[in-house]
Amino acid sequence: MAKLVPRSGDAVFASVERVNAELFTLTYGAIVRQLITDLEETEEVNKQLDQMGYNIGVRLIDEFLAKSNVSRCVDFKETAEVIAKVGLKMFLGVTATVTNWDAEGTSCSLVLEDNPLVDFVELPDTCQGLYYCNILSGVIRGALEMVSMKTEVSWVRDMLRGDDAYEIRVKLLKQQMGRDRFASIPQAAVIL
Amino acid sequence: MGREVAESCVEGIMIEMVSAYCSRFYANKQDLAARRLESIGFQVGVQLSERYTMDRPRFTDHLEAIKFICKDFWNELFKKQIDNLKTNHKGTFVLQDNRFRWLTRVSIHPSPITQADSAAPLVDSRAALTANMHLYFPCGIIRGALTNLGVPCAVSADISNLPACSFVVRIKV
Repeated sequence: MAKLVPRSGDAVFASVERVNAELFTLTYGAIVRQLITDLEETEEVNKQLDQMGYNIGVRLIDEFLAKSNVSRCVDFKETAEVIAKVGLKMFLGVTATVTNWDAEGTSCSLVLEDNPLVDFVELPDTCQGLYYCNILSGVIRGALEMVSMKTEVSWVRDMLRGDDAYEIRVKLLKQQMGRDRFASIPQAAVIL
Repeated sequence: MGREVAESCVEGIMIEMVSAYCSRFYANKQDLAARRLESIGFQVGVQLSERYTMDRPRFTDHLEAIKFICKDFWNELFKKQIDNLKTNHKGTFVLQDNRFRWLTRVSIHPSPITQADSAAPLVDSRAALTANMHLYFPCGIIRGALTNLGVPCAVSADISNLPACSFVVRIKV
């Protein structure tokens, strides 16, 4: 069977159904606002956003694998590049830079200068401690878990908190090599 | 055309929002869950209608506002217009979208007919419940948009004719 050629982030983004980002940004903002009202505790809101993101990531990975033709990544370095250049581009229309690798090559940062989630968003003082974009870290964690990589994903820099960029730290905890957990992944992504 | 994102992002958060409110936060209080979802929609509707009418003068009457929702507003959101607008001329409008985009991923499975009674409803009641929960958000959007345009109203949805979806707007006097 001919090897599928991986598509660039731009090509995949151009090929998927796209919508006005405003609808997305405003919906997300309204959800966060409602969660703050209903849950009261900022830490609880952060947790729920992460959980929602995780659930979304678990589903998005199939669409990603199917549309990007990305085959099994050789190592975590490649995985990080693929998330930054293809994954984020395909869904959010923006790319990130991969930096700050640790010596073992199991931990890195994804840096986003541009982030559609936060267009027109300002955090009031009452929201100290809120990780507004926590859904994004959840998505990455959920998606990677579906390809058998257990990771810890956290925020290092957040422009809504005054930093100069969005920096997500992704740390690979465990990678399973067995095939039994690949049940839901299309053939293109399985080592044959 | 302004900034875009993949449609699956919007669908993803909408599905997750319904799931979170119906199964996690208000699992035993579906009516509360519904109210929250409608409220989220309302906020979005207010903001969207504000943005989409920034450069134009205020609408002169309710019908003009409703027509705006059917045409420009629906176009911005769903890249199509409302297919059919009906009114009873007594303050009720029915906006019909023959193929409502946000329902296309929520499937309604006909339940197997196990009873002898062949008049049993074909729609699985749990699936219908889920579909209905997904409609509170768009109903809220319409109510928020119209309220912001000076048309206080109540909005409900009717999916007895899938894949068409009708939004029933009742203007409050």
